[in-house]
Amino acid sequence: MTEDRLYSKDHEWILPLGENIVRVGITEYAVKQLGDVVYVEVPEVDTEVSVGSEMGTVESIKSASEVFSPVTGIIIAVNEELEDGPELVNASPFEEGWFTEIQLENPIELQGLLTEEQYNTYIAELAAEEEE
Amino acid sequence: MAKELKQTPLFKYYKENNVKLMDFGGWALPVQFSSIIDEHKSVRICAGLFDVSHMGEILVKGKNSEVFLDYILTNDVSKITVGQAQYNALVNEKGGTIDDLIIFKLDEKEYLVTPNASNSDKVFQWMGKHLTEDVVLENRSEDIGLLALQGPHAEKILQKLTNVDLNKLKPFHFIQHVELKGLAPVLISRTGYTGEDGFELYLKAEETEKLWYLLLEVGLDEGLQPCGLGARDTLRLEASLSLYGNELSDEISPLQGGIGFAVKIKKEADFIGKAALTAQLEKGVDKRIKGLELVGKGIARHGYKVFDEAGLEIGLITSGTKGPTVGKSIALALLTANKSEVGTKVKIEIRNKLVDALVVQTPFYKK
Repeated sequence: MTEDRLYSKDHEWILPLGENIVRVGITEYAVKQLGDVVYVEVPEVDTEVSVGSEMGTVESIKSASEVFSPVTGIIIAVNEELEDGPELVNASPFEEGWFTEIQLENPIELQGLLTEEQYNTYIAELAAEEEE
Repeated sequence: MAKELKQTPLFKYYKENNVKLMDFGGWALPVQFSSIIDEHKSVRICAGLFDVSHMGEILVKGKNSEVFLDYILTNDVSKITVGQAQYNALVNEKGGTIDDLIIFKLDEKEYLVTPNASNSDKVFQWMGKHLTEDVVLENRSEDIGLLALQGPHAEKILQKLTNVDLNKLKPFHFIQHVELKGLAPVLISRTGYTGEDGFELYLKAEETEKLWYLLLEVGLDEGLQPCGLGARDTLRLEASLSLYGNELSDEISPLQGGIGFAVKIKKEADFIGKAALTAQLEKGVDKRIKGLELVGKGIARHGYKVFDEAGLEIGLITSGTKGPTVGKSIALALLTANKSEVGTKVKIEIRNKLVDALVVQTPFYKK
């Protein structure tokens, strides 16, 4: 994890790339919950997304999980490598397994996302709840 | 976990080893130990060990045991001898499947019946309701543990623990009272649910953990891996073995659900559901389980709709995944019989998109 990343409670990471563009992927925590990823459906470039809207699906052996957009904007790039190599999500969730790049419509939205420290606290709480 | 789940004899082992547990029909069991794909492959290439202690065990005793079982089951119970096991279906009057199970002929007057975990109580009640004179039932599910050792190296591994010549044990046969390294007597059957050679080991619940450790230790050199129910599901699906709740149900007959081989309509004994199943055979079954291979991209899941090329709905997906060994997206589906010959092009509705698929010959994988 780099310190520059932000996180959503839906377990996406958001890496600002400058020029109001962010790269989005799913976190290691989410990948661990999923297990072996066997299929990834990415959205089409130019799709408009808003906070919480669906922008693709990650399927493990056992289940299908929606990926939600953590921001509002337009998809300007998708990771086409995932089509033939869905296992990249398991092997490298923070780097090669990235999902989309989005041109932000409301950059101020980033302020509502979690910092790495806040996210780590959040998933620790989730893990504790699960133990109960 | 909020809900109180039933525990197998390995529950303590799972907790001590931080194995993540899930709710499987009310039982706390692992989906995976490492990765479903790795565990699946280890069973195909070397060997895997499964805790299936949640399965039910019912003893049927008394001089009319055979007559009773032949009356409530679809397969010909009179055909098996002591030491032999038989795959079977229990159906209601309408021919709907109450459960699929294996029966073991322990001696001339005693059988062990192993229903699916979630059906165990239902099966016991059904049997009790139809009980005939001189037959006694005992539900032993709580006292018996069950491990499944599956894969091409299973025999070599298990042979390290016993002097009994396992090579002579044929598929669907079993040996009782086998001594395995100081454990109380174990029933070893050459059965399984993965499409591979292998054994199922029935033993005292309180000794299950000991046997688990013992097998993992002697199986280390052969690459034995502990496996969860995730791999069990992908393995059985590649082998096209029907699963209760998916391919079989109260609404699906054994003839429709892909286990017609366990229905012996011409057997001597009259049996519950015979009239309904005979009618299905005479008319031809209206729908049946077929194998699908996705041509387009995606994974077909339980409950997804299947359409013919003209856009008419012809059935539902009952199980689907990406097969780790076959390397393809595969599924089983309950389809209208006259619309689903092998080679037929169909479409599966996956998240509002129609994805191309093909009806293919099953099993998807054969060793």
